[in-house]
Amino acid sequence: MKFPRALFINALIGITALMLAATGCTPAANPNTQPTFVTSTLENPQTPPSATTTVTPATTAVTTIPATTTPAVKELILSSTTSVRDSGLMDVLIPMFESETGYKVKPIYNGSGAAIALGQAGQADVLVVHSPAAELTFVAGGYGINRTFFAHNDYIVVGPSKDPAGIKGMTSTVAAFKKIAAAGSLFYSRGDASGTDTKEKSIWTTAAITQKGQSWYVEANTGMGDLLRIASEKGGYTLTDRSTYIAQKSTLSLDIMVENDFPTLINTYHVIQVNPGAFPGIKLNAEGGRAFVRFMVSPEAQRVIADFGVDKYGQPLFYADAGKSEAFYGTK
Amino acid sequence: MTYIINGIVQAFWMIVHGDRQVLQIVLLSLGVSGAATALSLLCGIPIGVALGLNKFPGRRFLVSLINTGMGAPPVVVGLVVLLFIWRNGPLGFFHILYTPTAMILAQFIIAMPLVSGFTMAGIQQLDPKLRLQIRALGASRLQMVWILLLEARLPLLAAVMAGFGAVISEVGASMMVGGNINGQTRVMTTAIVGEASKGSFDIAIALSIILMILVYLVNLLLTFIQQRSKNQ
Repeated sequence: MKFPRALFINALIGITALMLAATGCTPAANPNTQPTFVTSTLENPQTPPSATTTVTPATTAVTTIPATTTPAVKELILSSTTSVRDSGLMDVLIPMFESETGYKVKPIYNGSGAAIALGQAGQADVLVVHSPAAELTFVAGGYGINRTFFAHNDYIVVGPSKDPAGIKGMTSTVAAFKKIAAAGSLFYSRGDASGTDTKEKSIWTTAAITQKGQSWYVEANTGMGDLLRIASEKGGYTLTDRSTYIAQKSTLSLDIMVENDFPTLINTYHVIQVNPGAFPGIKLNAEGGRAFVRFMVSPEAQRVIADFGVDKYGQPLFYADAGKSEAFYGTK
Repeated sequence: MTYIINGIVQAFWMIVHGDRQVLQIVLLSLGVSGAATALSLLCGIPIGVALGLNKFPGRRFLVSLINTGMGAPPVVVGLVVLLFIWRNGPLGFFHILYTPTAMILAQFIIAMPLVSGFTMAGIQQLDPKLRLQIRALGASRLQMVWILLLEARLPLLAAVMAGFGAVISEVGASMMVGGNINGQTRVMTTAIVGEASKGSFDIAIALSIILMILVYLVNLLLTFIQQRSKNQ
């Protein structure tokens, strides 16, 4: 008994030492190096939750952050929708933000529903999402502040080229959905409470069709990229954001069926700071969250967003919208 | 068909040229899984030896726990670790969520029961008379355990193989506690899932090929040692 116990204790000491060494590398908070921002019209994170901050005029919020300041807390958790990753946009924007501000971003990608849920649990500092109704609920509940409109693109209905429901070229998405239901053609749904899923469900509601439970309606509970592949393999219709479709078009056998039906098919992206005051006991990175919101509407980021994908796909994947109101596109 | 061929061609191009992104992912995978396996050896071998050599009340219960742990689904381990280390979790103050440390912790929990279980089995299958003989020759208890471990080196190699093989190819826990963050916590398995769902099959295929080669090399090395010592 003597020997194994000694070895066991040694092992425990060794592991503890390793753990301490590993955790010692995490950035320590240094109260003396608070970043100083010149001006800001963004809501102060310490103010109590308010539901009136749905759209912040972004152009005036833009400030240049000196690259030399070191943030007090470096780690910034970004809970984001998958579409900005799958298209590759975030891989460009995040390094820009990091080198400009010194923050270290940890992006976690889920559908907008799950992305907002992570914020609602106080496990993220800032969100990038595209599910307006869920966002407004989140902000109204006091969980989010500085909700800022920064970009849009659009949804399209895609389907197999043989088009069994005969919807190709229709101008009304609602009418097209009605036709798919009448024909009983296969339709694949995200089924994951993401922004796209929420949009799709709202179109079924407008069309006054109970799609759930129908034999032709399949909920896959998966990301957009995976769902496009499923729809492509199974020869079904689906609703997708245009950017994910363009980025993967070459590996899919899906054609565009319905497009440019506005405002139904508008897809708006917002950046929202998680309210640091809403989670007693959890320390959020308030400065970092605010800096990220400001960054997303800065001229540099907006230029990247507007140009993104043009060289690779011959068309932009996103349209930069800093300073605009969503009402500009006929939605709220 | 063309994208399969393109994918494979691209994959070999990336491997031959040492694509920086691919290289970084491979190195991180080896680092995380290597550290987790090393820790699980440090902890698992003593536990395995203790359970293999001693009889005490509750031993069977502990063995049943280890056997269950050997089959624990990585996603479940990932979820439990996640709940412990996220911001308001009991270990949240360490701030290790979405870091390689968190992945090492999760993979350690996955590998540890495997190492303990294999060590215990290895020690138990030794001839009980060997212990008597060693003691009769005047060895201290410490010396006896050392000789037994040397005798059981082949099962111990199997323990290393099983532990490393399990964690290097594990995806669920790494995805949950690591987050598949580019340049920080992206390892081969999570990258394969992520890239395939993005439609970037070239990177996914390249990483799959590297992963298979790595697993093969590790097993080849261990098999080589195993066969050599058998032939002696």
